[in-house]
Amino acid sequence: MAVAGTQALDLDPARQIVEEMSPVGSNDIIPLLQRLQDAYGYVPRDVVLEICKWTALPASRVYGVATFYEQFHLQPRGKHLVRCCRGTACHVRGAPRVIDTVRSSLGIEDGGTTEDGLFSLETVACLGACALAPVVVIDGKYQGQVTPRKMESALRRIAKEES
Amino acid sequence: MDCLESLTAFGEWQRQLQAAADPQRKQVTICGGTGCTAFGARDLLQAFEGAVEARGVGDRVSVKMTGCHGFCEKGPVVVLLPEETFYPSVKLEDVDDILDQTVLGGEIVDRLIYTDPVSGERIVRNPSVPFYAKQQRAVFRLNGVIHPTRLDDYVAHGGYGALARALGEMAPEEVLDEVRKAGLRGRGGAGFPTGVKWDLCRKQPGHEKYLICNADEGDPGAFMDRSLLEGVPHLVIEGMILAAYAIGATKGFIYVRAEYPIAVEHTIETLEQVRACGLLGDSILGTDFGFDIEVRMGAGAFVCGEESALIASLEGHRGHPRPRPPFPVQKGYLGKPTNINNVETFANVPLIIADGWERYARVGTEGSKGTKIFALAGKVRNTGLVEVPMGATLRQIVFDIGGGVPDGREYKAAQMGGPSGGCVPAEFLDLPIDYDSVKQIGAIMGSGGLVVMDDQTCMVDVARFFLEFTQSESCGKCVPCRVGTRHMLDTLKRICAGEGKPEDIEELETLAQDIKAGSLCGLGQTAPNPVLTTLRYFRHEYDAHIHEHYCPAHVCPGLFSFRIDAEVCTGCGLCRKNCPVDAIAGERKQPHVIDPKRCIHCGACFDVCPASAVTKQRAAGGSNE
Repeated sequence: MAVAGTQALDLDPARQIVEEMSPVGSNDIIPLLQRLQDAYGYVPRDVVLEICKWTALPASRVYGVATFYEQFHLQPRGKHLVRCCRGTACHVRGAPRVIDTVRSSLGIEDGGTTEDGLFSLETVACLGACALAPVVVIDGKYQGQVTPRKMESALRRIAKEES
Repeated sequence: MDCLESLTAFGEWQRQLQAAADPQRKQVTICGGTGCTAFGARDLLQAFEGAVEARGVGDRVSVKMTGCHGFCEKGPVVVLLPEETFYPSVKLEDVDDILDQTVLGGEIVDRLIYTDPVSGERIVRNPSVPFYAKQQRAVFRLNGVIHPTRLDDYVAHGGYGALARALGEMAPEEVLDEVRKAGLRGRGGAGFPTGVKWDLCRKQPGHEKYLICNADEGDPGAFMDRSLLEGVPHLVIEGMILAAYAIGATKGFIYVRAEYPIAVEHTIETLEQVRACGLLGDSILGTDFGFDIEVRMGAGAFVCGEESALIASLEGHRGHPRPRPPFPVQKGYLGKPTNINNVETFANVPLIIADGWERYARVGTEGSKGTKIFALAGKVRNTGLVEVPMGATLRQIVFDIGGGVPDGREYKAAQMGGPSGGCVPAEFLDLPIDYDSVKQIGAIMGSGGLVVMDDQTCMVDVARFFLEFTQSESCGKCVPCRVGTRHMLDTLKRICAGEGKPEDIEELETLAQDIKAGSLCGLGQTAPNPVLTTLRYFRHEYDAHIHEHYCPAHVCPGLFSFRIDAEVCTGCGLCRKNCPVDAIAGERKQPHVIDPKRCIHCGACFDVCPASAVTKQRAAGGSNE
């Protein structure tokens, strides 16, 4: 995953993606953005503008799509991604308290990233793992039947490993 | 596997595989669904493989990852064949004992035996576990039996037999006719007759037609489509090829949620195998019928479960629905006739073609045929996936299969159909469930999400929860949905905060009717349903919030109070230490007391108290007295 940097972004991954998907038409905007986000960790504005020059896709169209879907992030995200499910089953089994705990212990809101760039928090409509409710996914790993206390210690453990 | 160039070659291969299969072979099957994977199933698989190799018994014992067994609550689930010994919640340290004692020694490992939480009975064999015994698994028949992606395993279990039969013996119209006579209705929610939809698409002029499998399972609380694509992607793909043959489609898409990584991985892997074997491509099994499928990942928008929004998304637009007619079967993807069905609908098709419509239609009710998979979750003992005949009752699903409500609590409602559905109260527990009966009581079958709620669930809070969801997922195209749901949500938030006014109820009802009448797509048209059904069946809870400033379920913060029971309190001081506003006082080993004026109702004391001395009750001295 790319870290937020001040220097110019490397365009090589973008070039390779566009080459592999060529010819890139407007039907391909979503898969294109998905692959860019995989490569860069987010959808960097400058890279999109470059691609629009190569492919003649209107930047406004790409921007419209990128801001509509929840999956795309226009800002770099933290090193560790905490995704909390707020689906029905999780809700009735105590997800609101779990999410509140994550918010207050990280000091960020949904979609936010901590100042040190270590954590990002997302809430997801439903992760489809309702049997494990409430569910939190940290860096792609599912944690089932979490409690506010379990979350606090999981986050503390990651922060400690990083320090 | 080489490319199969004819129907005869396929038939020959299937016969060989079936002849070679040894039903007595010892197998360790490990569930590889999302639930069991979260509990460590992949490590378990490696451990079993390592242990089999270390003992040099690989010629007698095979280890296999399978699709979801459905009993997610008890993951990771291990079933030993051919005896069908069932071990739930297996840990790495159990691997050696299972292998040495049960698989090789023929003895049961006593500590791993499953105990039924209802009867207290200890059960060894998988089919005797009440969770499975009372289901009727047709679509799910192979989930948990075969390897999710391996083509030979699927074919050995009869897979692609329906396709070979259709291509060899049936004209496209005959396939369509079978599906229509079988009475299959769309499993995605609305229950539209599948055969009728196919026929409309088939009759459209032109040769360029598209087929889309809607796997954008966005309803919170539904996960059967995920499980089907994770566990038996071949079944869904076979159904799609049959549909394409009936309709005359040449290109298909599986539009799957990006939130389902295992489903995406298994679907892509399966498609590659199927294509390499000649079951997809320009000339399927040497016939002149050609069809191919591409996987597209959804990008996280609930509205894209709606047909026209899904198509907009495939075309690279924002996921906005459009007015109909023209319907997608007339003008869909790229303006061409497009047939969209849900994952579970496609998974039913091979069963109809393999067994014939008469046999299929024997199961179910007058208007709804076959089985339905429900995702059972919430306040229920056995959470997981449950397949029952149409017409089963909620009592059978929630109590007989689900084991009822845990912790001695009482059943209050089952939420059916997600954000478009409603809450079904206890008085309808014995109603046979099918598309039409559920609609009559104000809910919808939906995709089959079934979230059980007990007396500790606040129905006003549930209505607010769903409105929050639809409000944030509303695409913003039409005003009734965008602005209307916002107003409903604001009102519900006020009621949950104890600031409701008596006229709020009537306003909610009026607004709900306007939103239903004025919205463009299903999202808006059904968004008020959770509010309407809770108003219909749980009006007293709304009244308590508004008139008494009291939340009877003790959920809405501020509408009840926390108190410490002096008789139970051990004076450990944990609550005092965890209280964020220092509202708790007390000496060590003496009963503690909460200062109601300082308390912010966060519930931290309630969560940490090891003696359960913190109780919730009607607020004292508050505005409700």
